[in-house]
Amino acid sequence: MWPFTKKRPLELPDFWWEYEAYFKEPLPDDIGENTFVVLDTETTGFSLTRDRMLCIGALKLKDNSIVVKDSFEVYVEQEHYDSESAEIHGILKKSKKDSVTELEALKQFLVYVKNHVLVGHHVMFDINMINAALKRNGLPKLKNKTLDTESLYIRTLLISTLVQKKERYSLDDLAKKYSISRKDRHTALGDAFITAIAFLRSVEKLKPKKIKDLLR
Amino acid sequence: MKNTISERIADFLKNYPPFNAMEPKQLEQLALEVTIIHKETNTVVFSQNESPHSHFYVVNKGAVSLSKAGSSQILDICDEGDVFGLRPLLANESYKLEAKAYEETILYAIPISDFKPLALENKRIGNFLIESFASNTGNPYSIKHRGKLYGESGDSNQYSSDKILDLQPIKYSTDLITCKKGTKIKTVADKMTKHNISCILVMKDELPVGIITDKDLRKKVATGLFPITATAKSIMTSPLITYPKGLTLAQSQMAMMKSDISHLVLTEDGTSDTKAVGILSKHDIMVAVGNNPAVLLRAIKRATKYKRLRNIRHGIMNLLRGYLEQNIPLGLVAKIISELNDASTKQVIKIALSKMETEPPVPFTWLSMGSQGRGEQLLNTDQDNAIIFADVPKEQLEGTQNYFLTLGERISKGLNTIGFEYCPADMMASNPAWCHSLSEWKKVTRHWIHNPGPDEILLSSIFFDYNVTFGEKSLADELSQDIFDSVQGYPQFFTHLASGALQNPSPSGFFRDFLVEQDGEHKDFFDLKLRVLMPIIDAARVLILSHSIKSINNTAERYEKLAELEPNNKELYLACSYASKALLKFRTRQGLLHNDSGRFIALDKLNKEEKIKLKRTFKTVKEIQSLLEIRFQVKNLLR
Repeated sequence: MWPFTKKRPLELPDFWWEYEAYFKEPLPDDIGENTFVVLDTETTGFSLTRDRMLCIGALKLKDNSIVVKDSFEVYVEQEHYDSESAEIHGILKKSKKDSVTELEALKQFLVYVKNHVLVGHHVMFDINMINAALKRNGLPKLKNKTLDTESLYIRTLLISTLVQKKERYSLDDLAKKYSISRKDRHTALGDAFITAIAFLRSVEKLKPKKIKDLLR
Repeated sequence: MKNTISERIADFLKNYPPFNAMEPKQLEQLALEVTIIHKETNTVVFSQNESPHSHFYVVNKGAVSLSKAGSSQILDICDEGDVFGLRPLLANESYKLEAKAYEETILYAIPISDFKPLALENKRIGNFLIESFASNTGNPYSIKHRGKLYGESGDSNQYSSDKILDLQPIKYSTDLITCKKGTKIKTVADKMTKHNISCILVMKDELPVGIITDKDLRKKVATGLFPITATAKSIMTSPLITYPKGLTLAQSQMAMMKSDISHLVLTEDGTSDTKAVGILSKHDIMVAVGNNPAVLLRAIKRATKYKRLRNIRHGIMNLLRGYLEQNIPLGLVAKIISELNDASTKQVIKIALSKMETEPPVPFTWLSMGSQGRGEQLLNTDQDNAIIFADVPKEQLEGTQNYFLTLGERISKGLNTIGFEYCPADMMASNPAWCHSLSEWKKVTRHWIHNPGPDEILLSSIFFDYNVTFGEKSLADELSQDIFDSVQGYPQFFTHLASGALQNPSPSGFFRDFLVEQDGEHKDFFDLKLRVLMPIIDAARVLILSHSIKSINNTAERYEKLAELEPNNKELYLACSYASKALLKFRTRQGLLHNDSGRFIALDKLNKEEKIKLKRTFKTVKEIQSLLEIRFQVKNLLR
């Protein structure tokens, strides 16, 4: 097939167009005026094709504040099911929590995130997972800007040959360094909360003036 | 609908009044309405005379200071679980105090509109509010019911002489240690030693009948009047002078003076026919009256929890502030504060050690490096530390190192809890590179000395200011000796160390104006540490090491010693000694003013006199640098 043909643009659902419309607005310049959506997904595994999202958790961060009520947590109905991973996250296939279809979860997620900057720990994994789900449902990829708390953390460390920087810093490492309680590790919203606090602490250390300093 | 975060908030709140009086369902509902706010150090939560917010606040993490606007006097510090800014909301008046984040803080903001109905409906909450508004606390470090919900604390002031404070109920120990009339004196003494207390209650049928204090033991036993096998009854002081609980500070002082005793026994109704509820000692009064290094030191030694230490350290900062205001000589201040810092570090190590599953396999030494090692750490700065442990057979090395790494990690976490920031360069005993056996350390330091690249020089300059804080001193002594021996055989090391000391950028430009930072976070600020303090500190280190003296770490003292050793340079060295003290004081003042490390200074905030004082030290810096340059022939070094 001719590779440059647009893929059935007209068949996209309304909620996608509404989501896309937000991107006509540029992001505010000032960090304090920006809303950051801190997210985490729990998945059945690490394969983008074989594994599925079990849960998306997200919260909004604006001007150093998190409004608890305005947080996001959806559980996704499962077809594909891997018992090993479910053990970690404690989400069973027939969990008591109400779950929705993948498409419904994505729809709610897009309505929630708008054009805000997405923040996550190893955020590309979560983005790729969501993009894979979008693709399965015939939708294009996410258009949001992203920030990874691991690379932000690395930016806070001294630039010196003396410090042997580790290659990777897990969310647990950050939680330890910033003394954040790790009680809710491995629930999507709990991890998102830990990530949010780690994000705030790193941002305080970096003291960026404008949103573009952070997104560089 | 509740979610993971609101559950966590409810979980936190339910431990603290007034939320502990709520039904779980109500609390869940309330938690959902919370806004979590992250406050950077020194940012204002609300300012004086601001009209009330729609929320009041609970500290989740960190600490918030309450003060009158424009005064540096902190009236109260709220930490985890404390509620503040509620009273103005209920009374519908503007804030009487300014609330500022004392350190990085996470707050839960709770909407008053959701809280008020619950407070009106629930009697226990209402009572709590009335009680806490009525007890208008002044001293943050001493009083049992220390401020939970103040909107104001009037003009109260924690350096005593305050009427309100005098009328506060005083904190006493409720953890009663008792013995029977027939208990042997030796057993009594053992018990008192074990609990580290100065008096013990003698009980009969659950009622107090007498008291034995250190004084009784000294006067009646140590003098040979009674053998240690005699019974408690024979030496106890009886009848007891008892008082009701809820005694105020003033009342208890009077009571002690009146009967010339140092311990008061508090009972249910104030007579000796009811159960004893607590003992109040002179020490408790001293703690309440204020900040005194001896009291703080004892409080540190008695602390068994990191959190308690943290509160004590707030007290240390207040003490420091007071000293500087009263212009007490910095040499003395530095000594007292480092002594207190040292004691807190020691106590942290002791607590960490007591929590280890097993005893240390071999003797070890805890070294403080950098400013703490030099006894120049007045403010809470970074922690730099290392562990040396005694040599073990090769096959046990890994296991032993792992043990000390775990210990190091716990200690540095404890230090972090009480207010020492982690070292951003990870120079801490929890890092395998800073936790070695003695012979490994010898190897490492020899490597630095024989391969003096820029990194090695920097590492040596940090490490060589080490000071033993805890443990086996002989290990450190042996290492020092080894360092001197290897330096003797490799004198070029000094040239490199001296050149390292000359690397710092110059403080002033051609026209004697200040050079400020060109970019980064501190653009247009003057870097006091890098441009002035470091050159003086580094120079002192090179010079004193070249005289093979390890026992003196403090920069000012090093220069004094140098003045003694080289009478021909006496004047310059004494000038350096003075400059180092002056600069340290300057930095500390700045740090206290802005509640940071005092490293970066906004020049436009300095007055003329301060600027002149600062500039005067620059000349000394230049002179000592040229001395280094000539003595160690740095110019010949190929760079």
